[in-house]
Amino acid sequence: MILIHCPYCEEDRPEVEFTYGGEAHIARPLDPSALDDREWETFLFVRTNERGLHAERWRHLHGCARFFNAIRDTVTDRFEVTYKTGEPRPDLTATTKAAKAGGKA
Amino acid sequence: MTGYRIPFGGRIDRSRPLTFTFDGQSYEGYAGDTLASALVAAGVTVFGRSFKYHRPRGLVATGVEEPNALISLDRGADRVTPNLRAPQISLYEGLVAKSQNRWPSLKHDVAVLNDVFGAFFPAGFYNKTFMWPRSAWEKLYEPVIRNLAGLGESPVARDPDHYDATYAHCEVLVVGGGIAGMEAALEAAAKGGRVFLIDEQDELGGGALADTTLWATVDDLRARLAAADNVTVLTRTTAFGYYHQNFIGASERLTDHVAPFAAKGAREKLWRIRAGEVVLAQGAIERPLVFNGNDVPGVMLSNAARTLALRYGVAVGRRVVVMAAHDSGWRDALALHALGIDIAAIIDMRTVVPGDLADEVRAAGIPIYPGHAVTAVSGRLAVKGVTFAAYGTGKPHKLACDAVLMAGGWTPSVHLWSHAKGSLEWSDAWGAYLPAKAIENCRVVGACAGAWDLGKGEISSALPNAMSVRKQKAFVDFQNDVKARDIHLAVQEGFRSIEHIKRYTTNGMATDQGKTSNLNALQIASNVLGKPVTDIGLTTFRPPYTPQTFGSLMGHHKDALFQPLRKTVIDDWAVAQGAVFENVSQWRRARYFPKAGEGMDAAVGRECQAVRSSVGIFDASTLGKIEVVGPDAAEFLNRMYTNPWKSLQPGRCRYGLLLREDGFIMDDGVSARIAEDRFHLTTTTGGAPRVLSMMEDYLQTEWADLDVWLTSTTEHWAVIALQGPRARDVIAPLVEGIDLSPKAFPHMAVREGTIAGVPTRLFRVSFTGELGFEINVPASEGQKVWDAIFASGKQYGITPYGTEAMHVLRAEKGYIIVGQDTDGTMTPYDMGLDWAVGKKKADFVGKRSLARPDIVAKGRKQFVGLLTEDPYEVLEEGAQIVVHPDEPVPMTMIGHVTSSYRSTTLGRSIALAVLVDGHARMGETVHIPMPEGVIRAKVTGPVFYDSEGSRLND
Ligand SMILES: [Zn+2]
Repeated sequence: MILIHCPYCEEDRPEVEFTYGGEAHIARPLDPSALDDREWETFLFVRTNERGLHAERWRHLHGCARFFNAIRDTVTDRFEVTYKTGEPRPDLTATTKAAKAGGKA
Repeated sequence: MTGYRIPFGGRIDRSRPLTFTFDGQSYEGYAGDTLASALVAAGVTVFGRSFKYHRPRGLVATGVEEPNALISLDRGADRVTPNLRAPQISLYEGLVAKSQNRWPSLKHDVAVLNDVFGAFFPAGFYNKTFMWPRSAWEKLYEPVIRNLAGLGESPVARDPDHYDATYAHCEVLVVGGGIAGMEAALEAAAKGGRVFLIDEQDELGGGALADTTLWATVDDLRARLAAADNVTVLTRTTAFGYYHQNFIGASERLTDHVAPFAAKGAREKLWRIRAGEVVLAQGAIERPLVFNGNDVPGVMLSNAARTLALRYGVAVGRRVVVMAAHDSGWRDALALHALGIDIAAIIDMRTVVPGDLADEVRAAGIPIYPGHAVTAVSGRLAVKGVTFAAYGTGKPHKLACDAVLMAGGWTPSVHLWSHAKGSLEWSDAWGAYLPAKAIENCRVVGACAGAWDLGKGEISSALPNAMSVRKQKAFVDFQNDVKARDIHLAVQEGFRSIEHIKRYTTNGMATDQGKTSNLNALQIASNVLGKPVTDIGLTTFRPPYTPQTFGSLMGHHKDALFQPLRKTVIDDWAVAQGAVFENVSQWRRARYFPKAGEGMDAAVGRECQAVRSSVGIFDASTLGKIEVVGPDAAEFLNRMYTNPWKSLQPGRCRYGLLLREDGFIMDDGVSARIAEDRFHLTTTTGGAPRVLSMMEDYLQTEWADLDVWLTSTTEHWAVIALQGPRARDVIAPLVEGIDLSPKAFPHMAVREGTIAGVPTRLFRVSFTGELGFEINVPASEGQKVWDAIFASGKQYGITPYGTEAMHVLRAEKGYIIVGQDTDGTMTPYDMGLDWAVGKKKADFVGKRSLARPDIVAKGRKQFVGLLTEDPYEVLEEGAQIVVHPDEPVPMTMIGHVTSSYRSTTLGRSIALAVLVDGHARMGETVHIPMPEGVIRAKVTGPVFYDSEGSRLND
């Protein structure tokens, strides 16, 4: 079972306390009626389906109940970092290279 | 093989003889024996029949890797565990063991014909042969295959045992209690943290238990571990899985090693351990050699013979041939020789053999044949002799013997390492993959790191016999009956990757996950393909390391503890009334309240009639409830629901419809505006958590600027639904502070006051089509208020009704149940709920999707009523609907029945359905084909009763 760091509680807690919320940083359009069918389809259904670092939403449902974002590696299932809703996606290119070179992290 | 008990030595307790049975025959062994060692000592050679060919098979190993000796251990009624490995079954007084996969007996098995006709059972046989005709699969092929194939029989009755479970945390967890593991545990313990040491055997020591010169070291290490109070040692415990972030699953066997009558407490204990660091010390597994006849009972791993002799005091035979490709076989031969066992010869496939060992062996008078190999083994139920020859054109020699030991080198146990996705690197010296780079905080020590001196060897990938591979019974995977020729065949047929070869031949796919066979299969495939081993890939080990019982994985999570059962505060009352219950999501709800001698139909009919003619009382406490509070509460709900909320006045209720962003109905419920900044929402019984989650999602992540708070209040309110023309009369004497007159308190209004002296939020709402109230009171007062209402209703014949009557009553009115009449692909328009959609609203969740091309297209399923031509015919919910009853199968299905009931009120059956273009089919006749015949029904609107709604507004 994975441990996930809740950026609000500032604790590593077991995965069962959390629920998954899909890809992060997809904002609901402010005026959906202004979107054509293709644009609305893209918002509703099209996701990056990343192999590797994926920004995604999680919720500490059985804890503080807050939504937050995480960068998870979909190949290794490792959480590289978690951050609060509204914060920009952190750039991990440098840190992950360092981690890979070290073997362990 | 004619094994016997050596009159001295071993770690058994000769003062404690034990009696046991195997296939009904009685045997004797000693405390400290395993089932395997005691049976070998008794001269037993055949332990089971093989999976596919039903060949007689003997013991190969003395550890977890044993592929053949799979046993059903019988510990009394319903306590039969199949597929246990004989060398891992500790002997106890009265043990009852049975062999598997044989009929009628081990010695005479009819299915051995599979072996005679073995030429017809090549790799991929099942895939190729049983493809056609399809109809024969179910009736002929599958039953026959099931009878002949398969391992032990699984028990059919409920497991009477119980299983414990626990969590643990430690700084260092060591898996494997051999010398390397014990040393690693002590080293970690010296640093002061919590240390766990897990080993699957009865006692610590691992491979050293088969080496008397190391026993003193083992004793010393054990004593030091026992003295370290920060070390927890778990023996008889299998670390079966290594999961993310150093999370280890381990199963401790608590009672299987003692006689059933003495077994107390839980049978197994599941440990979930989170470790700072994991140290793997799982050792290495000896590799069989692949040659013609290598599965005759009595051909076994060299180290197994050594373990039997030194640890259990058992000789595997009186005259033993050692076939080696590795020095360790020579050492084993010397060890057995020292115990007086006659070693007929050491036949080594290598031309250059170790000089110092050769001198010792020659001095012991053991003949040596370097550059030779066994080419055939005689004997059927036991080895009688071998034929061997020099490589290539050598003249065959024959040698009588009763056991053949295989010393094919060693394979480090990288199972848990692989679970944790550690990388592997090929080692030419070992002829095996060794752990390389870790992902988790994990290191490997001892033999499984390749860091243990087991001597030198050569890995041979070719069969030692020049005869055609097709004619050789040279087994690679004993448990799944895969021969060298199957791997040749797979390659011939075009398979290149070991992953494909594995699946085609089933090599390594039995319960042992190829512990003895994977590397040999890889070597053979590499040889046939003419490519280095590292070019054809590597199969992956996955949890569990060994098969685990379902009981241990379930632990306490069964029966009442399987999942929480939620009960309302009226539940006790309903039990006392003799209610029949049903579970709705996690809630237990009264389904109906039968009177003496009454069946469900009669009870439901009576309950419905009471509601329509006088008054019924219903426990609606399970309705999901959310309190929405804040200055922006109305704005928030306006964005969430399809309906307009800003215009709703305090004191009024509204039916709310909630869509997902894709435009499909997610939930519904009546909600009330209690004050300008406060709403009391209700949701469906099962929908409350996901509705709250969805609302929190929008509130936290899309509209964080809105000042709104959401609180789940489902369990804070008891909800008593009082429905029927007498409902007002029943509560009138109990209510204070609320004017109940129709004008002051109309349908779809909410008032606050007291009832029976208890503060209430009194809703005038109806899910039955009758005058009705939903009386919300604090849950702690629920029963008190219920009792008061019930007493007040006596004079009107107040009748408790359950969910079944509630369903019928709402269906008569065409009220939908989300999740029953909708299935996650229905829009408000499909369901005829256009009136609930605020068309003037600029936006709400799902609004844009209601204009999606697929949703505005023709041909969508729409919600309708169905009336069968025969009024007594009750349709089956889920039944498919067609236009033309004579259309050949597969027929064009245009919809299905979503709800169907016997309506006492209407004196006939009614049904609700979704039907392609249903709204345009009013009056049409459709057909519902059932096994007993086709049912005809007429399409109607979904409202069957009081379509003007006059009763509601009474
Ligand atoms: Zn939290």
